[in-house]
Amino acid sequence: MLDKGFIPLSFLPKGRFGKVKSLSFDGISRRRMLDLGFVTDTLVEALQRSPSGDPTAYCVRGAVIALRSEEASKIMVELR
Amino acid sequence: MKQIKEPVLSGKPENELYIEMKTPYDKVIALSGNPNVGKSTLFNGLTGLRQHTGNWPGKTVTNAQGKYKHKDTDFIMVDIPGTYSLMANSVEEEVARNFVCFGQPDAVIIVTDATCLERNLNLVLQTLEITDKVVVCVNLIDEAKRKKIRIDFQKLSECLGVPVVPAVARKNIGLAELMDAVYDIAHGRIKTTPYKVLYDERIEQAIDTVRPKVAELVKDKIDSRWVSLQLLDPDSSLLTSLEGFLGFNLMEDKGLQELLAKAKEHMEKNGLPLCRLQDTVVSALVLRGEEIAKKAVTFQDKQYNRLDRKIDGILTSKIFGIPIMLGLLTLVFWITIAGANIPSQFLGSLLFGIGERLSEFFLKLHFPLWLHDLLVLGIYRTVAWVVSVMLPPMAIFFPLFTFLEDLGYLPRVAFNLDNYFKKACAHGKQALTMCMGFGCNAAGVIGCRIIDSPRERLIAILTNNFVPCNGRFPTLIAIGTVFIGGAIGGAFQSAAAVFALTGTVLLGIFMTLTVSRILSKTVLKGLPSSFTLELPPYRKPPIGRIIVRSVFDRTLFVLGRAVTIAAPAGLVLWIMANLTVADKSLLAHTAAFLDPFGRLIGMDGIILLAFFLGLPANEIVIPIIIMGYLSQGSLMELSSLEELQSLFVANGWTWLTGVCVMLFTLFHFPCGTTLWTIKKETQSLKWTVFSFFIPTVIGLSICFLVTQTVRLMGLP
Repeated sequence: MLDKGFIPLSFLPKGRFGKVKSLSFDGISRRRMLDLGFVTDTLVEALQRSPSGDPTAYCVRGAVIALRSEEASKIMVELR
Repeated sequence: MKQIKEPVLSGKPENELYIEMKTPYDKVIALSGNPNVGKSTLFNGLTGLRQHTGNWPGKTVTNAQGKYKHKDTDFIMVDIPGTYSLMANSVEEEVARNFVCFGQPDAVIIVTDATCLERNLNLVLQTLEITDKVVVCVNLIDEAKRKKIRIDFQKLSECLGVPVVPAVARKNIGLAELMDAVYDIAHGRIKTTPYKVLYDERIEQAIDTVRPKVAELVKDKIDSRWVSLQLLDPDSSLLTSLEGFLGFNLMEDKGLQELLAKAKEHMEKNGLPLCRLQDTVVSALVLRGEEIAKKAVTFQDKQYNRLDRKIDGILTSKIFGIPIMLGLLTLVFWITIAGANIPSQFLGSLLFGIGERLSEFFLKLHFPLWLHDLLVLGIYRTVAWVVSVMLPPMAIFFPLFTFLEDLGYLPRVAFNLDNYFKKACAHGKQALTMCMGFGCNAAGVIGCRIIDSPRERLIAILTNNFVPCNGRFPTLIAIGTVFIGGAIGGAFQSAAAVFALTGTVLLGIFMTLTVSRILSKTVLKGLPSSFTLELPPYRKPPIGRIIVRSVFDRTLFVLGRAVTIAAPAGLVLWIMANLTVADKSLLAHTAAFLDPFGRLIGMDGIILLAFFLGLPANEIVIPIIIMGYLSQGSLMELSSLEELQSLFVANGWTWLTGVCVMLFTLFHFPCGTTLWTIKKETQSLKWTVFSFFIPTVIGLSICFLVTQTVRLMGLP
């Protein structure tokens, strides 16, 4: 999965941006992520980790969405 | 009567949504939108109803309906749960989707958040595919202004092809203009030209292939382009709803089946396999939304979210996140306890003064003594006690809680606590339903509908009762102040009471997590399902409105419930105390019977009886205890907490009794309303019985252990 220099969103350091490249969700969860704006080439910023390190808040299309590392690791991004 | 049938799925509540229409001229308006954009506030502003609002996603879980008269027309406004999309992920989203798609409302108001318009446009564009009777309301324009976000409403309206009305729902700004537009749309006075998203050429060709046949089948009941697109990659719940709406199954049509196969083959041949259809469709919607937002919205300050980020940086930080949370909780309790003292005493002496006048009045008119005892000493005193001791803390506590709610702090609590819920194999949103439980456990149980996985939803329902609700806080506050604070005494009295309360809440949260984990590892095995949580922008809460709303909607509601149930309970107790069987009153018999059992767990017979009689509403447990003691002879004035303490001490209470009553208040069977709600939500007697026994057994065991340990150690 680590080809082309893409990393899972969960690895995106705080304060950095990543461009969404692929999602490995199926069915309803996939649709939910797409509806939240995680479509290809969307710029996502890692904002803040929760006190225990997980979940992490991301800024996507102007909204702040928190994802657990399980979900965030299914989104591959290109580090910007 | 318009009636929307939804698929009947066992275990899922609210399968049908009824709209009550008085006349056929009534217009039905759906209020739709993303979660947390102010739909309920707008709904309340228009209808004058008091649907609960707050700055966090997922509050509106039931459909509220209200009336609004504009010009010559009666509108029936339907507040539906917020969704990001018309594709349903959970029960509540299905209700929302089905109402917009198949409920045939006369107009749909899509409420959007001005500070986050781009994301909101996805739902707008999806809705425009189904109906052209749409008005877009851009809410929270004051917040946008503050963040220097400029929106060209004219441009937005041109892009979308439907009316766009700016508003500030919580200040009632823009509502008249909004209803003007709704009026025109519902009466067909203006023709809209809704923007239809054009998809990838291959998808458009596929739609064109099946659309004529679909149009022939569905006639003009529903948009044929939208149905065609859905049929290319159908979702089973949508198909069931569609069948219910049309009265027949489209997919059984042979001709259509052939055309669909042909269309899919065509897409596949041209490099668009079915598995990528959904991605392509949603991407197109999101990107069109982005384009439109770019045309209509200008960010004069690129860093417009700076302040929100800074606040989040503190409130959810590694070092301060949890301490601030505990600090806020403690502060809220401290303000409540310290602030309630003086008004409590004042109200007490006022009400008991009136009680004395009442007694004189009764005696002067030569009413029978038993009637005077029953009405004045039984019912009036109980009610007076409930009012003087419960009203001031509630009138302070509820506005503070509502303030944090409106500010947007609750999702941050969920964010901070999520990892613990994950470790308990529970759903992240359970942190939110738990917070709802602080308000009312029955509401918390209904709120569990925001959790889409049935296993995790059940866990959230069964454990909701572990956090104290509004009805139990007054008991905890009173006992905590008198017995924990009182035991320490002196300057630290309030501080000790505050820590006791904070500790109680933490113990409740701890038990929620522990029981969730045990359930996940035993009867409800499974892994946590996927979870997303939106952290909405902080909003400046309208202070005046908060005070008015929390006093009228919550304080008086809880108090009213306490008084209406306490009065008849007082009657029952009075009768029990005065019916004599074999030299002793019925009450004394019952109390004596329960007493040995009560002693084992640090309490007494009267207290246990009070918990049983308090089943309809937890608010009345303390009033019943008081009535029980008073009816046994030790009549006294109870105009302050100190006098309450002396009454309890006279009846053998120690600090241990106080601790056990607090523990048992936290951990015992849910109130009648909550049990009834659990039955309704789970559709299962088994789980309802379970929800009764889990906390009760835990409470009994803890009280037993604490009592026996303390006694073994020989503490007083």
